[in-house]
Amino acid sequence: MSDPIIICRDVEKWFGDFQALKGINMEVNKGEVIVIFGPSGSGKSTFIRTINRIEVHQRGQIIVDGMELTHDVRNIAAIRSEIGMVFQLFNLFPHLSVLQNITLAPIWVRKWSKDEAEEIAQQLLERVGIPEQAYKFPGQLSGGQQQRVAIARALAMQPKIMLFDEPTSALDPEMIKEVLDVMIELAQSGMTMIVVTHEMSFARAVADRMFFFDEGLVVETGTPDDIFKNPQEDRTKLFLSQILTT
Amino acid sequence: MTDAGNTQPAPADIRPPSQLKPIVWVQRNLFNNWFNSVLTVLALGSIYFIGRAVLEWAFFTADWRPVTHNPILYLVGQYPRDQLWRVGASLLLVSFLTGMSWGKWKGIMRSFALLLGIGLAILGIIPAGGQLGSLAVRIFFLINLPAIYLGYLLGSRKFVTGGLVLAGWLLSFSLIPFLLRGTGEGTMLPTVETSMWGGLLVTLILAVGGILLSFPLGVLLALGRRSSLPVIKLFSIGFIEGIRGVPLVTILFMSSIILALFLPPELRIDRLVRALIGMTIFSAAYTAENVRGGLQAVPAGQIEAAKAVGLNNFQTTLFIVLPQALRAVIPAIVGQFISLFKDTTLVIIVAINELLNIGKSILQSDVEFLQLQFEVFIFVAAVFWVLSYLMSFASRRLETALGVGER
Repeated sequence: MSDPIIICRDVEKWFGDFQALKGINMEVNKGEVIVIFGPSGSGKSTFIRTINRIEVHQRGQIIVDGMELTHDVRNIAAIRSEIGMVFQLFNLFPHLSVLQNITLAPIWVRKWSKDEAEEIAQQLLERVGIPEQAYKFPGQLSGGQQQRVAIARALAMQPKIMLFDEPTSALDPEMIKEVLDVMIELAQSGMTMIVVTHEMSFARAVADRMFFFDEGLVVETGTPDDIFKNPQEDRTKLFLSQILTT
Repeated sequence: MTDAGNTQPAPADIRPPSQLKPIVWVQRNLFNNWFNSVLTVLALGSIYFIGRAVLEWAFFTADWRPVTHNPILYLVGQYPRDQLWRVGASLLLVSFLTGMSWGKWKGIMRSFALLLGIGLAILGIIPAGGQLGSLAVRIFFLINLPAIYLGYLLGSRKFVTGGLVLAGWLLSFSLIPFLLRGTGEGTMLPTVETSMWGGLLVTLILAVGGILLSFPLGVLLALGRRSSLPVIKLFSIGFIEGIRGVPLVTILFMSSIILALFLPPELRIDRLVRALIGMTIFSAAYTAENVRGGLQAVPAGQIEAAKAVGLNNFQTTLFIVLPQALRAVIPAIVGQFISLFKDTTLVIIVAINELLNIGKSILQSDVEFLQLQFEVFIFVAAVFWVLSYLMSFASRRLETALGVGER
């Protein structure tokens, strides 16, 4: 357990005068599945967005796979192509077909041939369970299907790390399971994952460690067993009691 | 209720109402009470009388001689008659490429090709006076029909890629000015000064040239305005706001007269080109603001997603932001192009013989024509209307065609 692929030290981030992250520390090992949860506004989304520098942190250090995130553009490009990200609102490209959504980055960033990229895209669509949707446009798919396309799009770059920013929060209840199933399969295949979610069933099933965020700080961390059965902090207990009863 | 219950056919009385018969529709909507009946009769009456008056004027009272006397003036102005084949050849090139685009892209290009074909066929067979009626000119028009079809056949072939057709368009647009202007005395293409050009030819050159040049310039300015580099940003803002604060007439004056005063004679730019530059920068500033509206409509999540998959700024702009931004502002941009097209008439103030100016000079060319302004201006207006409507039609077709996968 000493092969960290992500190291965050005292990460701080302000939006104007508002401090969204007040010194986050986290080390993630290869193949680990991390679940981050907490009330809205606690900085959990902001934090995972700093890991691929969609948000820029202002203090502290983030090191991904041995490369530090700085203003160096080459590092950012290299790190982004190793990190896949799935968003709450899918953010598929509406003017491109499903297949084009998935193959765009492999063709232009990885410089694969179109045939090669499409073949891999088909395999990924197979893996997320919607091989028949390749030539449709995002607007023609259900939310669950769109999110699975988004996962396939992220996987197409063959990332070492996957970030999920509340991937099921915008979905109808009946579609949550189809997305979680894909994520569980991914976790079991050994992918390093950081997942911001309130789906505690997912956390129980595959999380190695959980981080509870509140007001820009990590309030509590531990294995799912620790967190669910024996939470230490009052804030954690209160939050868990609220989300587990509803 | 279970799902199974829903699959039963509904009883007749709760099915959606069927379409009304026309006669029933008329009864219910136009004659449902005495007041509406009176209104209907009055409306029909006025349509009849106005329509009859217009048609009577057009077919019996109006004197169309200034239009029919020598229609070729409206098409090319004073372009030397013995060199007309060069205009014909340019037209042939455009027809052929339109045909190729039809074969390649179908859809809207099909409508364009067919409309072009129909328009040229009409020009080729209508009875007309002057040189337009001559057999040679008719053949010039009619030969375009097989050219369109030939282009279509070629464009439908697999080996002709979209890029090839686009390259063909670009090449011909750079070739046509040379073809029309010529390469100098003594060569196969003796020089025809642009002051000899006129009519629809000049109108179309200004409009098409202005559109093709101002669009990329406008997009670049819109992107520049959102750039994080202060120099580019300030330049773009200054350019856009500077141009938008000045009337087009002023810009045309400046580009035509003042520019010529300051530049040394050996750097003298052709007058038509100066007018084209003026139209282009004017239109570019407006296009830039339209495009900026579209850029702002692209959700931030799209850019985040593009960055997250590893695209760089340039790729993000080209593949993700611009396609969505431009689609959102097609109506506004086409509106801008239509107004650019109509604004070409303003080059009249720098003495360029575009379509409207030709109409004016024809009025003055013959004492008998002096009183016939109405006919000439109606005719010119009709030409502008048809072409503007075509653009607006194309815009709507383009919107539907690109609407696939809209959220």
